[in-house]
Amino acid sequence: MTPALVEVEGLVKHYPGERLWWGLGPPRHLIRAVEGVSFRIGAGRTLGLVGESGSGKSTVARTLLRLTEPTAGRFLLEREDVFRLAPEPLRRLRRRMQIVFQDPYSSLNPRMTVRDTLREPLEIHRLAAGAERDARVAALLQEVGLDPALAAAYPHELSGGQRQRVGIARALSVQPAFLVCDEPVSALDVSVQAQVLNLLADLQQRRGLTYLFIAHDLAVVRHIADDVAVMYLGRIVEQASAAATYERPRHPYTRALLSAAPVPDPAAQRQRQVLTGDVPSPANPPPGCPFHPRCPHPMKNDRCRTDRPALREVEPGHAAACHFAEHA
Amino acid sequence: MNGAHWFAIVAAIAWSAWAAQWLRLHFERRQRRATAGTGRRFVRPPGTLIAIGILVFFVTVAVAAPLVTPYRPSRQLDIVRLQNAPPSWGHPLGTDLYSRDTWSRLAYGARVSLAVGLLATLLAATVGAAVGAAAGYFRRWTDAVLMRVVDVGLAIPRIFILLVAAALTAHLPLAALVLLLGLTSWFATSRLVRAEVLTLRERDFVASARALGGGDWRIIFRHVLPNVAAPLIVSLALGIGQVMLLEAALSFLGVGVQPPTPSWGNMIAEGRDQLATAPWTTLFPGLAIVLVVMALNTVGDTLRDALDPRAGAS
Amino acid sequence: MTEPVLRVRDLKTYFVSEGGGTARAVDGVSFDLYPGETLGLVGESGCGKTVTSLSLLRLVPEPPGHIRPGSLIELEGRNLLTLSPRDLRAVRGNRLAMIFQEPMSALNPVLTVGDQIGEGAIVHQGLSRRAARARAMEMLQLVGIPDPELRIDDYPHQLSGGMRQRVMIAMALVCHPQVLIADEPTTALDVTIQAQILELLDRLQRELGMAIMLITHDLGVVAGTADRVLVMYAGQVVEGGSTPDLFHRPVHPYTEGLLASVPRLDQPRERLTGIPGTVPAASAWPTGCRFHPRCPHAWERCRTDEPPLVEIAPGHSARCWLVEEPGRRRPGASGVTR
Repeated sequence: MTPALVEVEGLVKHYPGERLWWGLGPPRHLIRAVEGVSFRIGAGRTLGLVGESGSGKSTVARTLLRLTEPTAGRFLLEREDVFRLAPEPLRRLRRRMQIVFQDPYSSLNPRMTVRDTLREPLEIHRLAAGAERDARVAALLQEVGLDPALAAAYPHELSGGQRQRVGIARALSVQPAFLVCDEPVSALDVSVQAQVLNLLADLQQRRGLTYLFIAHDLAVVRHIADDVAVMYLGRIVEQASAAATYERPRHPYTRALLSAAPVPDPAAQRQRQVLTGDVPSPANPPPGCPFHPRCPHPMKNDRCRTDRPALREVEPGHAAACHFAEHA
Repeated sequence: MNGAHWFAIVAAIAWSAWAAQWLRLHFERRQRRATAGTGRRFVRPPGTLIAIGILVFFVTVAVAAPLVTPYRPSRQLDIVRLQNAPPSWGHPLGTDLYSRDTWSRLAYGARVSLAVGLLATLLAATVGAAVGAAAGYFRRWTDAVLMRVVDVGLAIPRIFILLVAAALTAHLPLAALVLLLGLTSWFATSRLVRAEVLTLRERDFVASARALGGGDWRIIFRHVLPNVAAPLIVSLALGIGQVMLLEAALSFLGVGVQPPTPSWGNMIAEGRDQLATAPWTTLFPGLAIVLVVMALNTVGDTLRDALDPRAGAS
Repeated sequence: MTEPVLRVRDLKTYFVSEGGGTARAVDGVSFDLYPGETLGLVGESGCGKTVTSLSLLRLVPEPPGHIRPGSLIELEGRNLLTLSPRDLRAVRGNRLAMIFQEPMSALNPVLTVGDQIGEGAIVHQGLSRRAARARAMEMLQLVGIPDPELRIDDYPHQLSGGMRQRVMIAMALVCHPQVLIADEPTTALDVTIQAQILELLDRLQRELGMAIMLITHDLGVVAGTADRVLVMYAGQVVEGGSTPDLFHRPVHPYTEGLLASVPRLDQPRERLTGIPGTVPAASAWPTGCRFHPRCPHAWERCRTDEPPLVEIAPGHSARCWLVEEPGRRRPGASGVTR
């Protein structure tokens, strides 16, 4: 198997729950945000990571970038294990991986102009100085479709779409190979969302970027992802190419998600399969299969309550974590 | 008191009015820029213009004291005829028990009171911001230890510490007074800064700076502290007023600024016994303190509206 | 022909800023809402849909906002804009109710769920506390909350997002209002929970026979839930019609642009068109047709004259000069794939 640009193996992240002894003692329980996630992304490809709140997808993003330290696992970026790096080599490697955040209103420092924001990464990594730095800033702005004159603006003078573009420009300024997009369009209006998605697709083509695209909107993921991984309560429950996931979903949760997603066409309305119960909390995962309390699969039985199904290959290149994945 | 001094006083008033107008327009322009297009109205506290004018006036008088006053503050004029003389053309604010011109003492006293207020508050703000930022950013043990220190500091009444310090030394030099006032005033500020920092460190732009490879110091000085600046400056404005009142109280009690150096506090103290016969010796410094503290509070509100970047967020 | 339960004519809500500028957030909106139907109000941020919904209940803060004279809001024949504050309070929550986007900020964190639901019954129907509690229990069951006898004494923070939204719906419906205004009721919820809430609203509408005005930016939600749809842009209604008309036979370029921007689950991957430019600020609407700076078909007339809302087919109206001059439409410019 050809080595991929991004290889994640057994990523685990546990957060401590409320601590005893006024915040200084051991935690009372653990919040199991991510429980053993593995995937590979080939160079120039996009993996869509889909899930609802509590699924752990944002935690995966933050852990990969070591914004928070993982509890266990390996992350190989261009064959280097990011999790084992010491601070200085990590700082250098950070140039190869960047992140675009969801909220355009909090992802930019309100006290820094666009120019300051874009200059900072160039300063940190000593990539350019003086006039060349300003030239690079202007080039970046143009690349993301913004007028270079906006460099003097403060974030509150820009629209949501413009701020998001600045965030993308900032991520690109260090010439990364791998870009994690954490719900980059969820907070944008529909028409602006389309603009930004097109921009991301263009950038990927032009710069040969590899994306981990995290979203809860299945339709958006369908438009940009080559492969899809569906997360539920900290684990991947289905993993396949985008086409296979959308046309032949194998896990009952994936099917429920696809069924629940609203389609903007009154003629295409179908009988929605509505799940009962709430999205579970990672502080208190159910025993056995994490999805079993809400699972509508007709073949659900006692085994689901005790045996946690492993993520196994159901068809070549298509894996699902369900005891009855073959009987979809 | 000759024509030149009167002219200088009128000039100071005119300059204060002009500067106040200019400053207010400047703040308003910033505020307008921040709230443009959001439909959010910005409320100007009433009397901002007067407040800024008062502050500029007293600062100018303090700085230019020799120009606006005819006499040195400790100069005792005609001891017999000018003792406790009421306000007149020659002495616009009258004279005190020791035949010293009240207006001159007020002007020079402004230097002391304002300087002590400003310096002590700056000291308090610096220490408070440093402690608050460290506690909020590094959390866990640093936070726990520092906040317990702050708890202790907040529990002990300031006046008590200051009185004890004053009692232990026969004569408290001005520098020591500033230090003492500053080092006992930072506790509340640190709590304020810590609260801001706790929210700020979770913001995406801080995470982004870390993802770009920025180290802790860069993040604290370029990202966290500038965003704490707004509430900090506001608490600074209010804090100056508080310290001035504290200094006045201490001087009134006899343990602050020592005579013959005039400060508004000890002027009030010295005039206390003449309240019935020569009220102007106490009234004018008291009025000055009231005006300056009220002005500072009003300006503090205006500053918050002008500086708060959140005023612009939709 | 049934009478509309809610009639709005030429609603204008303006905001005055201290600098003297006026933001014309809602600038002449008219529509009818019939009993038992769901009317979708669709638009992006800055179009005025939320201000419209707040104006209906007169919840717009009076300075700096004000509803212009000449606007008409008639609920069951009564003009809401001329009611005294006391009469208005008797209408709010009783005949006309509203649910909001963020259940956590719409619910009072220090009151139990039961108290908050029962409050409406006590105020509007004069029920005793015991009777109100029984009614609250009924409502909890009606909105599908499991174990209502346990939940009734819970505080909002003890419930999940979907549960809180159900509680908010229960609060709104406790007096069986004729009209429910739902302002982005599912935007803050997960997809599977959104499906639950939409199904609930559907069921409640059938059971209680009320009219729903659903305000959202999500075209998928509107397609599945609304009978008729109004599209708003820059404070005005730019297109209105039945849901099939709007989605399959859109006329206004903005509607077309929106439909072309939405990624589709059931279609293969292709490039989305988007709409160039950004929404203008409410204090400075463009001259002529407000959409002209972003419209692929615009010509001189669009820059100078504001088009009126005209009916192009029974029940289908649009505000665009292309209605009069369809020849001006540039082929392939809207990027719609049908």
